[in-house]
Amino acid sequence: MLTRPPVKFIDRIARALPQIVVAPGFAAILYFVYGFIIWTGYISLTKSKMLPNYTLIGTRPYERLFQMDRWSVAIENLFIFGFLFVFVSVIVGCLLAVLLDQKIRAEGFIRTIYLYPMAISFIITGTAWKWIMNPSLGLEKVIRDWGWESFRFGWTVDNNLAIYALVMAAVWQASGFAMALFLSALRSVDQDIIKAASLDGASPWRIYLRIILPSMRPVFMSAMVILSHLAIKSFDLVVALTGGGPGYASTLPANFMYEMTFRRNEIAVGAASAMVMLATVAAIMVPYLYSELRGKKHV
Amino acid sequence: MSDAARYSAPRPWSALILRVLLWFVLIVFAIWFLLPAYVVVGTSLKDLDEIRGGSLLALPHELNFSAWRHAWSEACIGVECTGLKPYFWNSVSMALPGVVVSTLLGALTGYALTKWKFKGANLVFALILFGCFVPFQVVILPMAQTLGKIGITNTVYGLILVHSVYGLAFTTLFFRNYYVTIPDELVRAATIDGAGFFTIFHRIILPLSPPIIVVSVIWQFTQIWNDFLFGASFTTGGAQPITVAMNNLVNTTTGVKQYNVDMAAALITAAPTLLVYIFAGRYFVRGLTAGSVKG
Repeated sequence: MLTRPPVKFIDRIARALPQIVVAPGFAAILYFVYGFIIWTGYISLTKSKMLPNYTLIGTRPYERLFQMDRWSVAIENLFIFGFLFVFVSVIVGCLLAVLLDQKIRAEGFIRTIYLYPMAISFIITGTAWKWIMNPSLGLEKVIRDWGWESFRFGWTVDNNLAIYALVMAAVWQASGFAMALFLSALRSVDQDIIKAASLDGASPWRIYLRIILPSMRPVFMSAMVILSHLAIKSFDLVVALTGGGPGYASTLPANFMYEMTFRRNEIAVGAASAMVMLATVAAIMVPYLYSELRGKKHV
Repeated sequence: MSDAARYSAPRPWSALILRVLLWFVLIVFAIWFLLPAYVVVGTSLKDLDEIRGGSLLALPHELNFSAWRHAWSEACIGVECTGLKPYFWNSVSMALPGVVVSTLLGALTGYALTKWKFKGANLVFALILFGCFVPFQVVILPMAQTLGKIGITNTVYGLILVHSVYGLAFTTLFFRNYYVTIPDELVRAATIDGAGFFTIFHRIILPLSPPIIVVSVIWQFTQIWNDFLFGASFTTGGAQPITVAMNNLVNTTTGVKQYNVDMAAALITAAPTLLVYIFAGRYFVRGLTAGSVKG
């Protein structure tokens, strides 16, 4: 009888074991993600310059942020880059997935070629494409030597074209990923419906447009959400391919944040730009994750 | 029957043309994807005269590996002319512990969240999951402060901590989605037999886990190896990971620009993750799509 209380205590620990096991990881996430978000949010309202300073000055850093031409350029670039990157990657990925779905011999081999860019760092992608787009020794010279004298491919050094150089390299890297998503979705479409439709005399073309692609709407959604969040986070590709230049013509918000925080001693403005980026990502991801998690509960 | 219906509909010659067209498009895209790899490898094997005088697309005259040697052990990065070698080992000693810690913690967390559902488990998972998508710009500043306070700024240990924490969100997602598919009855039966939390994990769950462990290890290794933002933000000089060192090598060369060395450096930096991809591509793809396809 006397031994009961300690047993109970051990029991209680045993019962709480799942929580205890989850605790360290969850605590780390709470501190390093959510705690840090609050810290950055606070700093974005202070007069921090070179070092963090905890004196609040309200929303002035945000006002400064939105008055800076460099930031407007970064936002405008993000819209162009994000839209084209997501749109072209989804189209190319979808096209490749449908083509690979045609009982192709050596499908695995071709798939490996299409997807390998996803395994390497954006820094390497940027370095490689920068060399290809080198105005004097790159592809431009090759095509000119072939006889097309006016051909220009020096996008990375052109104010108006540098952002498209980023789109090109980013699409190169990510369209294989979109293809992999679509291909696995194509393979999970109910084969009986397709068989029934083709027995009814529907052409393969019609089957794709009317039956298969519409049934893949959730995957389109996923691909677009994941790619847009990649676009907002893009940083290394810009560093390696254009350096944000010429000038700051091809800078993106992530590069702006880094520049302000580590090079220009404008910590409060850097923090404000990070908060704007977080808000943008949250606006896209939270509804998506919410619907994904809810969907799971119903299954 | 269905096959007959399918193949008798289009006339043979039009089917043939379609087939040729299909292959044409597939090959054009394959060339586009392979072009940078071909150019990088080709350039790294040429000498500078050949690069300046010849065409970007021409094959190298001979297999000349001197640029590789130079990039690996002689090229100057900042003021140190050590080549990429020390930075390569920095990345290795950062990636291995980072992979192990985040995978272990992710497995335990995913197991507890699915097989021992407690009140609030779903909220905990949702909060962890959002950690996958947070733009890291929002944590860089406080992280730099925290690393400074612990005294591990500009060390590999600092980067190990950073990658373990921010990798945890992904590994938890992988293991959670995988363990959801293991029938709860297995765990319940073992509980009735008197097995506890860790016994069940060790005896029942772990033996079923190798596929998802491989996915998690490969994903984390690729992510950590390819990271640039954290490396550039928290390290300088000799503590830099290879991606940062490679970028410095390419962008700060004074004097003659050595394109062949640049390309060799890119190749050395890409080699480990490319090898992983070539030998375990299937698992790599599974990790890639896990974040977007319902578990």
